[in-house]
Amino acid sequence: MKDSDPDRKSSSFHNSGNWQEKSADVDLKQVRPYGDTLNDGQIQLSFTLPVPPGPEAREAGRTLLDKLGLKEVEVVHSRDLGENFTFLIAYGRCPVSVDFTKIEVARATTTTMSFEEINSFIADKLKRQIRVVGACTGTDAHTVGLDAIMNMKGYAGEYGLERYSGFATWNLGSQVPNERLISKAVEVEADALLVSQVVTQKNVHVKNLTELVELLEAEGIRDEFLLVVGGPRLSHELALELGFDAGFGPGTTPPEVASYLAQKLAEE
Amino acid sequence: MAELEVDEKLVADCHKAAAEIADGVDSFISGLTTTSVERTVIRLLGVNGVDADKVPVPNIMVDQLKEAELLNEGAAHCLGKALLAGSYEVEGLARAVARGEAYLPDLIKQCRASREEVTSFVSDLVEAKAGKIKKTRQEREELKKELSTGPRPWLYVIVATGNIYEDVRQARAAARQGADIIAVIRSTAQSLLDYVPYGPTTEGFGGTYATQENFRIMREALDEVGQEVGRYIQLVNYCSGLCMPEIAALGALERLDMMLNDAMYGILFRDINMKRTFIDQYFSRLINAYAGIIINTGEDNYLTTADSLTEAHTVIASQFINQELARRSCLPPELMGLGHAFEIDPALEDGFLLELAQAQLVRQLFPEAPLKYMPPTKYMTGDIFQGHLQDGMFNLASIITGQGIQLLGMLTEAIHTPFIQDRALSLDNARYIFNNCRNLGQELEFKSGGRIQARADEVLKETAEMLAEIGKKGLIPSLEEGIFAGIKRPRTGGKGSDGVLECSRHYYNPFADLFRKELSSQ
Repeated sequence: MKDSDPDRKSSSFHNSGNWQEKSADVDLKQVRPYGDTLNDGQIQLSFTLPVPPGPEAREAGRTLLDKLGLKEVEVVHSRDLGENFTFLIAYGRCPVSVDFTKIEVARATTTTMSFEEINSFIADKLKRQIRVVGACTGTDAHTVGLDAIMNMKGYAGEYGLERYSGFATWNLGSQVPNERLISKAVEVEADALLVSQVVTQKNVHVKNLTELVELLEAEGIRDEFLLVVGGPRLSHELALELGFDAGFGPGTTPPEVASYLAQKLAEE
Repeated sequence: MAELEVDEKLVADCHKAAAEIADGVDSFISGLTTTSVERTVIRLLGVNGVDADKVPVPNIMVDQLKEAELLNEGAAHCLGKALLAGSYEVEGLARAVARGEAYLPDLIKQCRASREEVTSFVSDLVEAKAGKIKKTRQEREELKKELSTGPRPWLYVIVATGNIYEDVRQARAAARQGADIIAVIRSTAQSLLDYVPYGPTTEGFGGTYATQENFRIMREALDEVGQEVGRYIQLVNYCSGLCMPEIAALGALERLDMMLNDAMYGILFRDINMKRTFIDQYFSRLINAYAGIIINTGEDNYLTTADSLTEAHTVIASQFINQELARRSCLPPELMGLGHAFEIDPALEDGFLLELAQAQLVRQLFPEAPLKYMPPTKYMTGDIFQGHLQDGMFNLASIITGQGIQLLGMLTEAIHTPFIQDRALSLDNARYIFNNCRNLGQELEFKSGGRIQARADEVLKETAEMLAEIGKKGLIPSLEEGIFAGIKRPRTGGKGSDGVLECSRHYYNPFADLFRKELSSQ
């Protein structure tokens, strides 16, 4: 846009003072979704109904979202998926709010340090390498998450644990039975076990993870290791619930895990 | 068509090195067979079914023969003798073994026929059974002629519900949404089972078990919906893992159209024993070739663990090796779905140019192969909107460079196995871009000395160097050193080594002999 654009009332824009003072404040005790105006509550949804396409399918989608409690529901798109399935895209206004001041999330790490900071932290406080054994357990063959944290190359521009002078690592790879993970951990006198669960269906990951904890408890060695789990369906909260010490979700970088391990072991 | 300048001398060097490498593999496995190859022969002879504990009869038979130290003669000869003992036809024998009423070594002892009589009896049987596979192949060719298979790149989507009947529902819907190819993903870890499960299955993890009955159910469903939508819908499954040749045989019998088949993938990513899987691969590809089934190789996976920029040449080096190994199993180039992938970090400036360079180079190096192009997975984050766009860029690279088989990316990659609408959105994405840019490749030229050309030159040069090095060292020692995907595997390690056995002086595999003879005379 040119400076001389006559439609642009630039003078009032510049002279009106701080725009933040002019716009409404967010009430953190009552936060609603934001579309283009504070508190408009706009939510975008997409889903499929197992019914043939047509006005009835759209109306069914609208009614369903009504029943969910959304206001002013609009089905903006529908597509025939064949075999009597219809895909719908819809918008609605959310009538409820959340109190942001009361939100609490369990976090594994408080401070994430850098590569150099972690190495010197370990050298100063622990005066030895942290020994870590990692595995994708059970039937899971997808090592992408484990490799992202453990491999030399790492993830998102951050080196993996292998690269740290402060860590000695054993990456056992995919489809490792819990028993083998444990025997390796005992063999190398590991400080921590890193378990990755990527592809899961019908909650098989929960079963795998619970089994690991049970096996460790049965052998009376649960407390000898920090138990850490990561994966796209995992949170710290779920990890704690399953008897792990920490859980890391999608997008976790190696320094987050490394910082956690270093700080936790230093505490002990 | 936009073409890169390719140094023909380097290409010739690559082929020469690949031939040397394949020679090394041939001598590594010569004079050996495996329990899975012998189970395959037994299956091809018509044995099927399971015992009361769900153990497949081919496994029981091979175990009996192995225990009695007869398996080195080849299962075909053994089974021929057992049948000539006179009490059973093939199906009856299978049932008797399943019930525990027949023990092959005992029957073999009763056989009074001479070696020549047994051989000729077996060869008649084999010819009849091979005829069935040939008929299935003809049936496919006729159906393809009657309906079309859709323009290339073919649109390939997966179903992975774990329940074959739910898979059918999703596959039929996908066909109506425009899919050309349906792959039924196998249950996680089936590759490590040393037997093929039996019957229709309704429970699996991350996929559905590959069984003969599941193949049949899906084939029938796709034939039916194919008639309605006016396209021949191609069906894919996996003959990889410990039962490579057995599943190849089932695919041949049930008219599958493509099968994933790659020993190096098994060695690297499933830790399967090298000897075992190279032997299995040789026979399974012979079966694929005889049945007219396109193989899909797994090079794309290298880039999910290794860096896609610095390791791009390893994909092409592996394709040269895979092509040469496939050729030795009599697979013609048009059945070689060599794999590669669109996996460069989307944050990289000009990353798309590098993807184009790779895709076009592979296209020109293997001009007759229906290349299997794999979508972004490594940099899919859960941001489905960004992911959908990445899939669009992948589709654009494919249509410009003329890929053969487009495994469509899903916007929900890295979150869950595809929902029904994910597949539809992916198909819409691909059809939009393919249609909108159908002849874009014809209108473009790669700038001589430009970035794309320079990248292709660099990758080809690295490929030739890598192949020369593997050629000198041998593939097996190279795999031990972790040359592909950064994964090291010792030659004596891995699963399934206990299934490798030496052939006796009289050993023969009549199916391998017949397939090879007919295929090499074509």
